[in-house]
Amino acid sequence: MLRCPKFELATPTSVAAATRLLADAGPSAMILAGGTDVMPNLKHELFTPALVVSLARIPELNGIRRAEDGSLVIGAMTTIEAVAANSQVRERATVLAQAASLIAGPQLRTMGTLGGNVLLETRCQWYNQSYFWRQALGFCIKKDGTKCHVVEGGAKCVAAASNDSAPALMTLDAELHFESVEGRRSVRIEEFWLGDGVFNKKINAGEILVEITLPSTPSGHRSAYGKLRERGSIDFPLLGVAARLDLGKDERVERADLVITALAARPHRVQRAGEILRGTQVGSEDFVTRVGELARLAHKQCHPLENIPGDAPWRKAMVAVYARRTLLAAAAGTGPVHHL
Amino acid sequence: MRLLNLRVNGDALSTAAPAHWTLLEVLRYRLGLTGSKQGCDKGDCGACTVLVDGKPVLSCLTLAALVEGREVTTIDGLMPAHIRAGGTGADPVQEAFDRCGALQCGFCQPGMMLSARALLNRTPHPTRAEIKDALAGNLCRCTGYTQILQAVELVIAEAGGAAVVPTDWRAELEQ
Repeated sequence: MLRCPKFELATPTSVAAATRLLADAGPSAMILAGGTDVMPNLKHELFTPALVVSLARIPELNGIRRAEDGSLVIGAMTTIEAVAANSQVRERATVLAQAASLIAGPQLRTMGTLGGNVLLETRCQWYNQSYFWRQALGFCIKKDGTKCHVVEGGAKCVAAASNDSAPALMTLDAELHFESVEGRRSVRIEEFWLGDGVFNKKINAGEILVEITLPSTPSGHRSAYGKLRERGSIDFPLLGVAARLDLGKDERVERADLVITALAARPHRVQRAGEILRGTQVGSEDFVTRVGELARLAHKQCHPLENIPGDAPWRKAMVAVYARRTLLAAAAGTGPVHHL
Repeated sequence: MRLLNLRVNGDALSTAAPAHWTLLEVLRYRLGLTGSKQGCDKGDCGACTVLVDGKPVLSCLTLAALVEGREVTTIDGLMPAHIRAGGTGADPVQEAFDRCGALQCGFCQPGMMLSARALLNRTPHPTRAEIKDALAGNLCRCTGYTQILQAVELVIAEAGGAAVVPTDWRAELEQ
């Protein structure tokens, strides 16, 4: 039996009230969205806040709408289930809908929110454990200790970014919007990550993620998501692969993007993806060859560690397989790529 | 301590619990509704599944105070709800699980049956893929999945008035 440590609970009904509460409480306060990640972490005593501020009763944070400039605006408290099922997301941001449909199991998708997934705590098999477990082994660099159990002698935490939404949103050039008592701040998701597993986000104290905007995609936009996990029905990713292809005249690739996650602290954008695929015609032999070349390049650039379950050499071998399959699925307008 | 006004299985119930208590703890240790099981207690197993406004959620990861004003259904409420709706005996899902032998130890069953009930309320004629998907968040460690899937199919068939021969899932699974 795992119980939460003691805390007080606040349930503000507006963003203004929530930011005020956070500003007044300072670092002893913690935000609770869907609770599917924060609650197990609380139970493991990874967080011990004095005050938990739930965003569940703030209606303005919920919903998906299309803005005047054609971009999609997704409220941070929109559930993963709603994102996966939304027809506009499926059509215009396929990779995000597919990634959302593969997050956890049905109950967790009903509870979890897109904002919560974007801000998911990095994961490591030496960190996501109970207090008893961690103290028996000796605490690690990420929480309470000084030693890294993944990289011997490592001075930097390598806990893995494990949010499926992050690579998908990176290929979609998403922008994150935060509110605090200081006002509103927007940041491109590309620039949001830090390479430190202890805390991998550039978010300021007292800020609440309120909205995620996706710029409109061109008509030739195709995208897909691939996910490797232990059990096909529920787990966090052992690898997450987001692929985007924008096709122009004669189905020739104008823009290509490949982002891979569940490696280390931030999602990895495969370098030179656009360069390799640009100008090739989808369906041609040349395209398949170039996709293979890009997959091998991804394999070379990605270095899975023993930070999350699954042998690192196997996960590395799977980088090439999932990169290739996900790119081909994007080109064919199918996906998600999934082993079960 | 926090005063909680909850709606559980159609009843308006008042109780009190500390703010950090989960819905599962309040159901089991305040309201005496022990049908919802405490398994992993961290969102992996699905044994604590309850319906909140008709949707399956994990009560071990839900703070009790956050379901005030929402309708909670636990396994304890399935049969009474069926009878209130004019039925006789247990809910057809419970009947089918019984007749198909869709249990061994029974620990996963409350969550499994609530996930199945939520699916059938939403989609009266789901495909096999939809059934598997809806039950994906409920683990059975006795590995009685074959009979569990069979039980859900039995409910669907009987609701349609069909004379029932339970499908042999084994052939398909072995392919």
